[in-house]
Amino acid sequence: MTSHLFSTSTNGETHPLTYRLREDRGYVDLAEFQQKDGYEALRTTLRDLSPDDLIENMKTANLRGRGGGGFSAGTKWSLTARGEDHPRGYIVCNADEMEPGTFKDRMLMEEIPHLLIEGMILAGYANNARMGYIFLRGEYVLAAERIERALAEAREAGILGPKVCDSDFDFDIFLHTGAGRYICGEETALINSLEGRRANPRSKPPFPGQSGAWGKPTVVNNVETLCNVPAIALHGGEWYQNLSGGRSEDGGTKIFGVSGRVKRPGLVELPMGVSGAELLDMAGGMRDGLELKTWLPGGGSTGFLLPEHLELPLEFDAIGKAGSRLGTGLMTVVAHNQSVVSLTRNLEEFFARESCGWCTPCRDGLPWSVKLLRAIERGEGEEGDIDMLVALAHDIGPGKTFCAHAPGAAMPLETAIEHFRHEFEAGIRHAQHKAHAEPIPVGSV
Amino acid sequence: MTMDTPATGNTRVSKASQGNLIASAGHVNDFELTDEERHEIEHEMGHYENPRAASIGALKIVQKQRGWVSDGAVIAISDVLGIPSSDVEGVATFYSLIFRQPVGRHVILVCDSSSCFLTGHDELRDALSNELGIGLGQTTGDDRFTMLPVCCLGACDRGPALMINEDLHGPVDPGDVSALLERYT
Ligand SMILES: Cc1cc2nc3c(=O)[nH]c(=O)nc-3n(C[C@H](O)[C@H](O)[C@H](O)COP(=O)(O)O)c2cc1C
Ligand code: SF4
Ligand code: FES
Repeated sequence: MTSHLFSTSTNGETHPLTYRLREDRGYVDLAEFQQKDGYEALRTTLRDLSPDDLIENMKTANLRGRGGGGFSAGTKWSLTARGEDHPRGYIVCNADEMEPGTFKDRMLMEEIPHLLIEGMILAGYANNARMGYIFLRGEYVLAAERIERALAEAREAGILGPKVCDSDFDFDIFLHTGAGRYICGEETALINSLEGRRANPRSKPPFPGQSGAWGKPTVVNNVETLCNVPAIALHGGEWYQNLSGGRSEDGGTKIFGVSGRVKRPGLVELPMGVSGAELLDMAGGMRDGLELKTWLPGGGSTGFLLPEHLELPLEFDAIGKAGSRLGTGLMTVVAHNQSVVSLTRNLEEFFARESCGWCTPCRDGLPWSVKLLRAIERGEGEEGDIDMLVALAHDIGPGKTFCAHAPGAAMPLETAIEHFRHEFEAGIRHAQHKAHAEPIPVGSV
Repeated sequence: MTMDTPATGNTRVSKASQGNLIASAGHVNDFELTDEERHEIEHEMGHYENPRAASIGALKIVQKQRGWVSDGAVIAISDVLGIPSSDVEGVATFYSLIFRQPVGRHVILVCDSSSCFLTGHDELRDALSNELGIGLGQTTGDDRFTMLPVCCLGACDRGPALMINEDLHGPVDPGDVSALLERYT
């Protein structure tokens, strides 16, 4: 059982992430991976490029972090403490994928883990790291199996371990599986978790690139971000940047996807800057009888957008200007007969439950928002509740809490009220209309 | 929407015993790790700069065989790792997939995140509840099933999704719940 792909291509020049996937969507083993140019980027880089060259390529590529934050990977790498005065550190792959509505890293790890391994070794070379850890969420059982298999194949072939591909560089990777909790995905919480501690975030600075796992320079990157590195190393940063073909300043392609009540939910690799409308079309549009009410562009911590925003290019800046975030780039659609109040309550329940409890606005503010939202959902909201929710969202916004978890919770709340205030007002006691609809049962449309 | 979804972590099984005192000083710990468990934990320790990092792995190793992590297991693990048992307990109670009280033979993790919510989570959860006679965070009287909520399972295109033990299922039609559960005896 694997995710449906809207379209496929075997052209590595246009689909660097997915062109090697098998038609039967099974595991691409080492032999097949190498037959399709796999580990070519690693071999040529170790032979021809210095770590600085590779970092320059990464900067030119303008590959922006695919874990949801959108920070330039090249810039991040250029800030890592390297050189004689610094100990060799770690590359940590963030494979904790738990953002509601996000299912892209799973596909990459289940089907083509060698691509991730190649990306991590290259990242290790560029950042002078000694070792890599793949921090994989515990529920991804099949991905764990496939990664272990790929790691064993790579070690056996001399691609991992001492003298990677007969070079002077040594590097190994270890799979670390987690034990639940969304907050583990926050990069400093992830480092604490890797060290065997509770997953509370750490204060920054120092940034992980200076002092991360066990105090060593540590680069944390998302699975998909790392999977892009081999193609950049092989074809160059300019080539990668141009993949988005003038649609966006953001370089490259990305795994986009759609879930919710569309005809064909699934994934697809497309250039950055493709429009939401094109993406939704590829998913076959809404199921018969349903119309699009609103959508989240990239997971539960992004803001609600309206149907008219479908024309925007899916890239970090444009979606940011519209009051949301590109996030993970996996779109969640909401149908005309589904309640925004109920969905917002569901999202805030998630964030309240997953708060690590470290700081008060997040730990206490989020359950409070859930209480208010539940009252409104039942039609028992009180006068002033909506303003209170707006104030709460403001108080847990950017800069007011220890990590970005709470601002992530604030964004859907704020934008839901901004775009659908009438639905919230309908849930205030004595309101004229009770306009909210229950979600319809699955399979009925 | 008949069932109450837990809004905070403290309704989870994994947290339910948070308030319990671990066997206090002087109490004889009659829990013993098997040689295999000890060996696996020691192997795990070798993958990190220091032994503490193996604490989550160690808890998972113990839980794999025994289904859950008892007070005695927490102490035994802390002995192997050479860290205070309160630290191991702190970790054990933080993570949702570590169970500090007994669970059923099969653990059902029902995704309650947004995409599944939009594709019928509530109906699925209610069907499970009706079939099993338990709510989220509870275990059936015959110790066969424990049902817990879980974050987005990365199967949003197949929502509503759930996992039973290590098997992912989705989309699960509420009408098919009884046949699905039959497969887990
Ligand atoms: C609450 C929270 C959860 C996060 N979860 C994830 C996650 O599951 N996977 C991920 O790659 N990044 C996640 N992030 C983002 C990471 O903190 C970090 O920015 C990312 O791993 C950096 O990699 P990238 O630049 O390659 O995207 C999360 C951030 C926050 C605040
Ligand atoms: S914002 Fe929330 S999740 Fe982040 S540190 Fe504070 S309490 Fe923890
Ligand atoms: S929301 Fe349920 S699997 Fe993603």
